[in-house]
Amino acid sequence: MVRFILRRLGFMVLTVILASIIIFWATAVLPGDVATMVLGRYATEEAKTELRHELGLDKPVPEQYANWLGDYVRGDWGASPSMDTVVRPVVFERLRNSMMLALVAFAMYVPLGIFLGLLAALRKNTWADNLISVGSLAFIGLPEFVSGTFLIAIFSIQLGWFPSQSAIDPNASFLESFPLLILPAVTVALTSLAYVVRMTRSSTVDVLQMDYVRTANLKGLPPRRVLFVHVLRNSLLPTITVVAIGIGWLIGGLIITESLFSYPGIGRLLLFAIQRRDMVLIQATALLIVIIYVVANLLADVLYAALNPRIRYT
Amino acid sequence: MAIAIQGQVPSDGAAKAPRPVFEIEGLHIDYTTEFGVLHAARNVSLSVHEHESFGLVGESGSGKSTLAMGSIRYLASNGKVSDGSVRLNGVELLGLSPKQLRELWGSSIGVVYQSPLSALNPSIVIGKQLAEVARQHLGMDASAAKARVVEMLTKVAMPDPEAVMKRYPHQLSGGMLQRCVIAMALMTNPSLLVMDEPTTALDVTTQAVVLDLVAELKREFDSAILYITHDLGVVTKICDRVGVMYAGEFMEQAGLRELFSRPLHPYTLDLLGCVPRFDPTPEKRSLVTIPGAIPRVDELPPGCIFAPRCEFVQPACTEARPPLVEVAPEHHSACRRWPVVPVPSEYLREATEAVRASGSEARDVDILVEAKDTQVHFKAPRGVIRAVDGVDLKVAVGQTLGVVGESGSGKTTVARAIIGLTPATGGDITLRGKSLPRSTGKRPRSTLREIQMVFQNPDASLNPTRTVGDAIMRPLSLLAGVDHDEAKRRAQDLLRSVSLPVSYFDRLPHELSGGEKQRVAIARAFAAEPEFILCDEPISSLDVSVQGSLMNLLMQLQVEKHTSYLFISHDLSAVQHLADAIAVVYLGHVMEIGDATKVLAPPFHPYTEALLSAVPLPDPDVKQKPIRLGGSVPSAMYVPAGCRFHPRCPRFLGDLCANEEPPWREGEGDHRIYCHIPLDHLTHLQAETLVFGEGDSPGENA
Repeated sequence: MVRFILRRLGFMVLTVILASIIIFWATAVLPGDVATMVLGRYATEEAKTELRHELGLDKPVPEQYANWLGDYVRGDWGASPSMDTVVRPVVFERLRNSMMLALVAFAMYVPLGIFLGLLAALRKNTWADNLISVGSLAFIGLPEFVSGTFLIAIFSIQLGWFPSQSAIDPNASFLESFPLLILPAVTVALTSLAYVVRMTRSSTVDVLQMDYVRTANLKGLPPRRVLFVHVLRNSLLPTITVVAIGIGWLIGGLIITESLFSYPGIGRLLLFAIQRRDMVLIQATALLIVIIYVVANLLADVLYAALNPRIRYT
Repeated sequence: MAIAIQGQVPSDGAAKAPRPVFEIEGLHIDYTTEFGVLHAARNVSLSVHEHESFGLVGESGSGKSTLAMGSIRYLASNGKVSDGSVRLNGVELLGLSPKQLRELWGSSIGVVYQSPLSALNPSIVIGKQLAEVARQHLGMDASAAKARVVEMLTKVAMPDPEAVMKRYPHQLSGGMLQRCVIAMALMTNPSLLVMDEPTTALDVTTQAVVLDLVAELKREFDSAILYITHDLGVVTKICDRVGVMYAGEFMEQAGLRELFSRPLHPYTLDLLGCVPRFDPTPEKRSLVTIPGAIPRVDELPPGCIFAPRCEFVQPACTEARPPLVEVAPEHHSACRRWPVVPVPSEYLREATEAVRASGSEARDVDILVEAKDTQVHFKAPRGVIRAVDGVDLKVAVGQTLGVVGESGSGKTTVARAIIGLTPATGGDITLRGKSLPRSTGKRPRSTLREIQMVFQNPDASLNPTRTVGDAIMRPLSLLAGVDHDEAKRRAQDLLRSVSLPVSYFDRLPHELSGGEKQRVAIARAFAAEPEFILCDEPISSLDVSVQGSLMNLLMQLQVEKHTSYLFISHDLSAVQHLADAIAVVYLGHVMEIGDATKVLAPPFHPYTEALLSAVPLPDPDVKQKPIRLGGSVPSAMYVPAGCRFHPRCPRFLGDLCANEEPPWREGEGDHRIYCHIPLDHLTHLQAETLVFGEGDSPGENA
């Protein structure tokens, strides 16, 4: 198991390095001359040369990349021209916000999705199954900006239960921010719920037909034990993997929801950086999001291996 | 010439208890489907006594599993027992609540399943799965249950039970797993043990070991056994009484010996005739065929349900359905014409024909295909897999070479190397003395045309989106180079020659039965008019009656077209029936090769001897000396030094076998054995294994 994790960790580092090359290439090398962009088109050649020297841009590209990555690893993520501040604390604050939102959304749709999926599988081809399957499918096709807008219209404008904007205070605690998190979290949960329901339902339906479930029944075990010991252990495996991989998206990929609710998460920060062409901020944020995705995938792999004896130690 | 194989046979069962343990009376099982209600089992009755085992025999679709599972009230949600009575120890099962049933399942009723790997939960260790039964039904705590599991695993002769308990199912071999399942089923000393094809998924050698174990446990435990199988050979090893099912009803029930020696129903008679007799003489006879197919339970004919396929049918048979009645003591038949059913040995002679007088007379015929020192080695992360490791074979023009061996012996890989699908990594393969390029991609079309292959699973080898006609026309236009009209005409001829209606030309594979699909695959193989066809277990996945008719077809086509075959099978009965010469393969190497009659008579290679003694022969009077192989074929990555068979060899000599590669010992003709033991010594040792009888056929030994 240790070897397995170490190997996956090795792959993970490789993935991050590859992604960092792409990010660096796309931001620092591609869009023309940085000095001209910073100093304007009419700057003197000397000024530009000096700036390039200052920024290290006169060095060969691989060296620039190595310096940037080295700084990144050491924790020096550079200063953002558009925000006029050191980047790292800002990114970390947004990361914390994103994780809070992810946590609330996760706690909403994962247990509910598994429950509904199981119910649908156990009541296969009944009205309950149809209702759950059709209902969750309807939400899968609904983009966040549509469902989010509806939620705002109903719960903040009509009923006034929750605010429509979720610009939380960076100093507020999780509990204080909680009411502001509900509407965006529900928006995210609605979109993701269907995946969990459908995955749970289909794998449970498959497992219920397995020979070993017949064995468990013909051992005379109580139905509850058959379900919880023999069925769930196997049928939740694919769901767990899908859910774990989804964590990356949940933290780093909620650009639309965050924008809709003006939620200060990491996705919106990336959007802001792109709009301002703030290369330093883009690099720092994008690489962090990559790391989050990679870690989520590692988590999924390790969980799957830990729960499935058939692929252990491979 | 007949063989009397001496040795141990299962006992005939202990003295019968006055009252049966398990009784089924007038049982009806229905399934509600979208097409209406299907009467899957109709008015069936049987009874099993203590220490007795009742064999439930039938082809697929006969309703044997439905009956067994329905009688213990384990049915799919759309199935239900609509009438009748099932009593276990006098208790009526049909009135029990689901909760009461669960108290019986696993305690008074144990079940052993066909595929042990899928019957065990893949993510729970063996020990826990077994202990669950003890905890649920014997009220034991964790440590008592564990002790009980160790005790049971020891009873099923499991080596190192403590270690096995910590394993997951995928870490054990099929034979080991089936022992675990048997231990689990017997944990509570159940009154009824249902065994649903428990050895079908296992290798012949493992099957023999498991069958020995079941026969032994039958004596030790009091359980009544309901043994479901399609294999008439297996029945003779285990069962005391046999019921033959057909389309949801019993055709006949009788004691084992009566049923085999004097069947009183034409269906039983035909079933016995479909299976090749173990009779290694050069003469080749066809097998009995049953015309038509088993009817669907919603399209049953009026009157006797077997009447449309019956040779002894009379108009009266089609009017009223004959009941199962006792026509002789302890012998029930559902045939109203049972007195005219002939004795099998007479009938077999009459209903079959000599396909070919002899295969071995023409020994001087030309060699068509030869493999010389063929190797197929694969590189794996942790070493080299020596799947085929120096195989020499010859196939003569117009003859059949049978290749036998357990799974993992490399027999399929040899075939794939010959046709070029898996290129050989060493050695030489020649066609009419001309060396062939190793991979199909480098072989000229004329060569591709001359070698064709029929695969085991026709579902996988026929493209599901192509019609039957397309499948057969493809090699015609690709390899035989004929135009469309001519290809179509020839494809239709081919359909006729494999006994399929020409109307099948436009059908898709899923509209055909398994046997029909394999006929299409055979027609496709013959389409390009090859000289050589590789048959890789072409009949293994099919029902016995279909197997018989396909073997007839292969023989008949061989005689007509003078094609040579390489026939791969794990089934020695089928191989000895079809083959002129036999190669016995173990772990990528030939152990013994030669004329079929020579290979199947002493001296044997010890591996051949073990295979022969493991084949369940469909004749209760044949006695086989029990020579059993432990373990399973090792991984081809770790081929043992010396003789590769030495770790499992029942005739292991010592250091010589373990360290030095054996010599090829030359017998009569081109019979060769790869063994350290001299041939005369082997002959002497094996005189007991197979003793030739006095010229009567094995069917008449009763």
